This record gives sequence, structure tokens and C-alpha cells, in this order.
Amino acid sequence: MKHKPIIFRLLETDKGGRYFLAVILALMVIVPFCNLVVPETSAFHMSTYVVTLVGKYLTYALLAISLDLVWGYLGILSLGHGAFFGLGGYAMGMYLMRQIGDRGVYGHPVLPDFMVFLNYKELPWFWHGFDMFWFAFIMIFFVPGLLAFVFGWLAFRSRVTGVYLSIITQALTYALMLAFFRNNFGFGGNNGLTDFKDILGFDLQSDATRVALFICSGLAVILGYLICKFIVQSRLGSLVTAIRDSEGRVRALGYRDEYIKLFVFVVAAMLAGLAGALYVPQVGIINPGEFSPINSIEMVIWVAIGGRGTLYGAALGAVVVNFAKTYFTAAAPEVWLFMLGGLFVFVTLFLPKGIVGAVKNFASKSGKKIEPDANKANVG
Amino acid sequence: MAITNVNEPSALHLPDESILYLDGVTVSFDGFKAINNLSLYVNKNELRSIIGPNGAGKTTMMDIITGKTRPDEGRVIFDDMTDLTVTSEADIANLGIGRKFQKPTVFENHTVFENLKLALEGRRKVFENLFFKLTEEDKDRIHEVLEIIALQEYLSREAGELSHGQKQWLEIGMLLMQNPKLLLVDEPVAGMTKQESEHTAELLTKLAEKHSVVVVEHDMEFVRSLANRVTVLHQGSVLAEGSMDSVQNNQKVIEVYLGEQ
Repeated sequence: MKHKPIIFRLLETDKGGRYFLAVILALMVIVPFCNLVVPETSAFHMSTYVVTLVGKYLTYALLAISLDLVWGYLGILSLGHGAFFGLGGYAMGMYLMRQIGDRGVYGHPVLPDFMVFLNYKELPWFWHGFDMFWFAFIMIFFVPGLLAFVFGWLAFRSRVTGVYLSIITQALTYALMLAFFRNNFGFGGNNGLTDFKDILGFDLQSDATRVALFICSGLAVILGYLICKFIVQSRLGSLVTAIRDSEGRVRALGYRDEYIKLFVFVVAAMLAGLAGALYVPQVGIINPGEFSPINSIEMVIWVAIGGRGTLYGAALGAVVVNFAKTYFTAAAPEVWLFMLGGLFVFVTLFLPKGIVGAVKNFASKSGKKIEPDANKANVG
Repeated sequence: MAITNVNEPSALHLPDESILYLDGVTVSFDGFKAINNLSLYVNKNELRSIIGPNGAGKTTMMDIITGKTRPDEGRVIFDDMTDLTVTSEADIANLGIGRKFQKPTVFENHTVFENLKLALEGRRKVFENLFFKLTEEDKDRIHEVLEIIALQEYLSREAGELSHGQKQWLEIGMLLMQNPKLLLVDEPVAGMTKQESEHTAELLTKLAEKHSVVVVEHDMEFVRSLANRVTVLHQGSVLAEGSMDSVQNNQKVIEVYLGEQ
């Protein structure tokens, strides 16, 4: 019992999680196989477009998992989670811009095209270091983490909660959007960062690179899931849900609730940053639109639809909604937003625990033995 | 921990047998003095009942002791000469003051076991909890408390499914897990059946053998059954203090409180 590897202990009581990880692992084998090995003439061939699309969904899944940690477990409805995703994306975008080198339209050896166009004479200080991958890799976690730390420190210490906190998170991402839209802010204004050429020396347009990015996204989802699972299964995780349910009692027990909230918020921001960093090379662009409040609200809808407080439910919601979005924005673009709104209302009214909750409910009604909740498992 | 010791020469040293001393505490909300120049001693291992009509300042007094409300004037000295009026809520809890709220406040989505586990003494830091492992002593301690609060059979039940009385006991059990020096218990028998009240009185009397206990209660019969020293609060200050009999025969008390009944 005691000496099982940690991964088994994490998943012992988490049936849904085992299925979820199995599906991700299967995708990581099947998708590359169908793309690289199966000949294009075969019906089972998967185009690179599809590989990238599914890869994008995976980054959204990671983003949703990180949001679920904050909303489903800690009880903070963050309407600005896109801020951390966007910052991680920009950090990766800056690295990819520096990789272009002198192959840009203007052929400047150091400055990216938009800087030449805007008459920059030299690289702004905050662009230094991004020509090195290791530096960019650290920044992918550090920048979103730092913002979450400062924001959380101020908000949690002064005990801002509930709707007020949600509104401030919304304002946070809106402020970032306005800042990044400005040309003189140094991040390419409303065009954002694009025209990427390669990553770590590999051509971004090649099938192999796309498949590698897809596999990295899958690994990131698994890693993110296990990290979140480790947190929610620990005593800290019990405290996190205890804060959600009865913050005053946690404080009366002598815990510094603000530090616990801060820890969870920063971890979630870093995972969102990683998701953003994997998203950018796959879609080939990052612009201030990623910071728009609507995006952050959409993420909340993914989690609500999938089912909060299970982690894998959030990931499922992200994939389902985005698959529908891809399909309907092509088939009937003018109705998509109405559908999304309608779906949200439907789920709130009829499936308060999301798809996962509905499935569990159905399973228990049809007499199947339902696995005990993670909370109830570690007794005695 | 930001604990301020009261070390000035003028500091009032607590008599050895005291654990808590409220010294001239005043707090007002929008001009209304909820607590008015209140001074009060509580001794070690004492079971003290505090009674008083609605608005006498009983709950506000609890809020001041636990650091939830800061007084405008006065000091609250605890045990090793710590001034609680300048100590954070979490630090006050860790100094050894446990509080049961008026409304039962347990973690309803956690099991009884998990509730007690979260209340275990010590280990309050973030990373200690991330890598927390339940030791054998911890388990023994939890089962010991489960026995005291008579919830052994409910350990894997969600706290939200317990009866009102059981929730109150679970909350008292959580205080015990913290192993506090002083327990503040706000209306423990509100909404309890007669039988449950009796069990609670036994429980509190037993607790006072090892801890100091301050009980705020409305229920006169319950307070009488505790058979201890009673303090009557009225308009934010002490009106009378003594045994239940002496208090009940006090003319001022009869006028403001018992006379109404």
C-alpha cells in the first residue's frame, strides 16, 4: 500500500482520471501514426491540419484543467484566466520571433519586422534573452506566475471574494488586452506576433514538427492533470475545498487561507501559461485578442459544460465545446454565439454538474456501483 | 509569527491562575457601543458561562478575542502575556484559542474523519500540507476525539449529512483536535433536543478538566446544568458575576434580563 509509485496512488480512486489519461495516451500514439505512417490515400490518414487542430484542443484542455483547479476546487470564479494563457503565449511568441533572425521581410539581423516598421532603433530591454529557448521556457512559467502572485497577494490579503474578485480578474485581462493593443507597448500591437519560421531549429511547417508539438501538448495535459491531482488529493487539497465551503472555519483553525489560495492560483496560472506557450507555435500567431474578456468567459463555459471539480470534466468540456465551435463557425457562423449561450443556459439549468455529473448520475441511477469520491477515500 | 509580547514595565501581569484578561475593552459600530469598557478574567481550567440579553455584546466579545473584530480601546491579554488585539486571526488560533461559531460551521462536503484531520494540531504551512502524511499518532488522536464526541460510527459520513446536534459535536471535536488552551463556545445547544443538550453539558464539563472553556448561551436550564461561574453581560459590560443562584437573585439582573421572562 505504502510503497506504490505515486502515480498509482493518485489514480487509485480516480476512475474517470484513468480513462482520461488512457484516451490522451491513445491519441498520442494514434494521431502521429495516422499522420506520418498511414499513406495519404488511405481513409485512415490524418491530415496535418487535423493534427494541429487536435493539438490546439489539447492545449485548451490543459487550460481548462488549470481553471478548474481555481474555480471547481478553490471556488474562485476567475473571469480572467485568459490573461495567464496569453502571457505564456506571448513568451513563446517572443522566442519564435527572435528565431526568425534575418529571414524577416526587412531582413534586419536582430529586430523583428514590426519593430523595423515602427522605427525601433534597438531591441527593447524586455526582449533580451528571448533568443535563448531555456530563457523563454522559464518565462513561460515565470511571467504568468508572477502576475498571479502579485494579483493574488493583493486580492487575497485584503479578502476580496465572490463577484468582486471575478470582476477584478475580468478587469485584469481587459487591461492587458488594451495594453497589448498599443503599438508602442513593444509586442506588435494589434497584429501581435506571427510569421514564425522554426522552433529549436525545426521547421514549424513540417509534419514532423507538428506531430512533435502535438505529442508535447499531450504530455503537458498529462503532466498538468497529475500535478493538479496531486494537489487536490493532498491535505492541502482538502483545505482548498474547505476554503471554498467555509473560509471562516479554515481561518479559525489557524490556517493562513490567503497563502493557500495564493499557492493554488499561482500553480494554475503557470499551467495556463504552459498551455498558451504550446498553443502559439501550433496556430502560428498570438495577438491581443487572446486577452479579450470574451475568451476568458468562454473558458469558464467549457469548465461548466464539462463539469467542474473533477479536472478531467473540464478537459472534456474544452474539447467538446471547441469541436462544436470549429464545426459550427464553419457551417453556420452567425448562430455560433447564440448556440454557445444557449448551451451554457441549458447546462446550468439541466446539468448543474456538467456532462461528467450527468454521466455519473445516470450510472448511479442505473444501479452500477459508483466509485467513492476522492474526499471520502482516505479514511482510516 | 507576529506575536506581540506586552513587555513594558507598566504591563499588567496575569495572576498565575488566569488565562485570559480583557482590560477595559470598548468597541463601537457607527456610534453604538457594542462593548463598553468591559473587563473580565477567565481562569485556567475554568468553565465559564456568559449570559445576557440579545445585543449584550456576547458574540462581539468572542470576535474581539479571536481577532475578527479589533477594539477601539483596551487590551486582551492571553496566557503568556500576548496582546490579542494586535495579533492575526491565524496566530491567535495557533496560540491555542479554539472557537465554535453560533451556527455550526463544519466542512459539509468533507467526511467527519477529514474534518478532524484538517483540525489536527500543528502543520499549518502550505507545503507541509501538500506533502502531508497521516501518522499513527494522528490516527489515534482522531479516534480518541471521535470517541469523546460519540461519532465513531459516522467517521466516513459526509458532515453535511449529520444531524444538527452531531454537527455541533463535530465542531467541538475539531476544537479538541487543535488542543487549545482556551475554548470559546457560542450557543452550543441552540436547536438541540433535551437529550442532546444533556450530552453537550457533560462534554463541556469534561473538557474543562483539561482546558479553559467559555460558553455563551441563552438557555438558562443548560447554564444551570453546567453548575459553574456565570457572568452576566448587559449593554457591553459586566452586570454581575457569581454562581447561577447568586446571579439569579441579583436585583439588577432580574430587572434587565430574567425579569423579562
